[in-house]
Amino acid sequence: MLEAYRFVIRHPEMLAKWVVDHLWISFVAIVIGVILGVTVGIYITGKGKQQLADLVLYFAEIMMTVPSLALFGLLMLFLSLMGLSAIGFLPAVITLIVYGQLPILRNTYIAIREVDPVMIEAGRGMGMSERQLLLKIKLPLALPIIMAGLRNAMMLIIGIAAIAALIGAGGLGVPIFRGLRNARMDLIIIGGVSVSVLALMVDGLMALLERWITPAGLKG
Amino acid sequence: MIKLDNLTKIYADGTEAVREVSFEIEKGELCVLLGPSGCGKTTTMKMINRLIPATRGEIYIDGVRNTDLDEDQLRRNIGYAIQEIGLFPHMTVGENIGTVPVLKGWPKDKRSKRAKELLELLRMDPDDFIDRYPRELSGGQRQRVGVARALGADPPILLMDEPFGAIDPITRVELQNEFLKIQQEIQKTIIFVTHDIYEAIKMGDKIALMKEGRLVQYAPPADLLYRPKNEFVAGFVGADRALKGLQLIRTKEVMRRDFITAKPDEKVEAVRERMEQEGVDQLPVVDNEGMFIGWVFASDLDKGEAIKDSLSTSAVTATRNEVLNEALSLMLTSGSKVLAIVDRDNRLEGMLSYEAIQGALMEAAQKEEPR
Repeated sequence: MLEAYRFVIRHPEMLAKWVVDHLWISFVAIVIGVILGVTVGIYITGKGKQQLADLVLYFAEIMMTVPSLALFGLLMLFLSLMGLSAIGFLPAVITLIVYGQLPILRNTYIAIREVDPVMIEAGRGMGMSERQLLLKIKLPLALPIIMAGLRNAMMLIIGIAAIAALIGAGGLGVPIFRGLRNARMDLIIIGGVSVSVLALMVDGLMALLERWITPAGLKG
Repeated sequence: MIKLDNLTKIYADGTEAVREVSFEIEKGELCVLLGPSGCGKTTTMKMINRLIPATRGEIYIDGVRNTDLDEDQLRRNIGYAIQEIGLFPHMTVGENIGTVPVLKGWPKDKRSKRAKELLELLRMDPDDFIDRYPRELSGGQRQRVGVARALGADPPILLMDEPFGAIDPITRVELQNEFLKIQQEIQKTIIFVTHDIYEAIKMGDKIALMKEGRLVQYAPPADLLYRPKNEFVAGFVGADRALKGLQLIRTKEVMRRDFITAKPDEKVEAVRERMEQEGVDQLPVVDNEGMFIGWVFASDLDKGEAIKDSLSTSAVTATRNEVLNEALSLMLTSGSKVLAIVDRDNRLEGMLSYEAIQGALMEAAQKEEPR
């Protein structure tokens, strides 16, 4: 522990860089992941898309079971075939997006499907178009559950982002793996503790955000 | 005016929900769709605003076929209130009432003016309620806001699917009475779905009684009660139809207006004399402004010198617009032989006795045609 503390005191700029890299990868992944997941999640709630929805959710579940290292490997192959950078930022972000999809997709899908049909009937009966129903009724009512999925995804992504160090994307995985290779307990502790602290802090922020955007009438 | 012409709904699985229903609803009339569950009354109603597409037949609204209009535009011009109310929980009372006005692009000040107007119409204080959320309202208040929302953009037509279904019987009667009063003022063309024969008789200008998707009889409530078209109608309105007929009569039609009263400061002796003269054993007590205070009973007169010492103030009252069967049940539950009829400010207007109700019943029974 003491060594870890001394290291941080001596090299604060290194820790800062790892944290910033880690946050940046996670942030990019969650932003793209939310846009993708919520869009697809809403799309598959549409009429006559039941089969598609089952397929998409099934696929997302399977992706969750693939070990992250294997996914990194697969992506490297795939990206190099497409002539894109097979290591570093790009494959790391793509992998994280994939991992974040299931909670976002599933929660969006379920939340919108579970909106009380009475609300939808009332809205439609008063002359709302499908689009207005979605924007004025379904999304606001689904928001708390979608946000819960988002928090879930955020935790996953920050944790798994540590592995991205293995393909040269930087972040808090760097000290962890360096420590493992060189039997440097202090580096492992620095990396591990930082990931946990980061995850907790981000979760706290998300909780605040959740409170802030939950419609006032829905707060218990 | 709304005209249903050979309206038929057959579902994909072959279920015939509505079969060749035709009738007309005059402008400003309240038409009740009545029948047992599964008779097609709600389906018929929902075909008017096209929530359910008709399989065959037409609906004309002021001469225009409803299928010739844009679906959303059509619905924005037809108020819609449902049994489950369906207030949007994430919107305030004001925002809920403003739903259709927003869809119609009304400016904000016009919307909030309208919302306040409607809350006042439904006897809810706008300043108190406009910014509340639905979960902060009681069941009765929610129903009121549901009705206010249906009236939001002042549509000429209202569809109401058991709008007072989800509340306790007392609040329900209260809301029915108030809604009838409001309807006199706003004169909307209303299609009102219910399975409750009492509600139908009380609310309807006309009743369309349905059975298994078919229209059985379309007539004013009195005709349905006293001139049922066939056995089904007679059975549905029930053997106690004379009693149900009490729904059609209001207290103001049979109450006594020439009553004698006592004042709280009067001496007991004077009042006892008056009671003996009139041959009654109770008198209503009113103050100098004519406000009803309570009853004085002959048996209590020995309690003190002045009337106010022997006064019983825990009396039940009704208004002049109360229908007779509700007045009757008030009398039965409170155990009083005479009901004081007061106005909104509690001013005594009349007296309703069992004898008066009995008279009305006998008169109603005479209307029945021998069968």
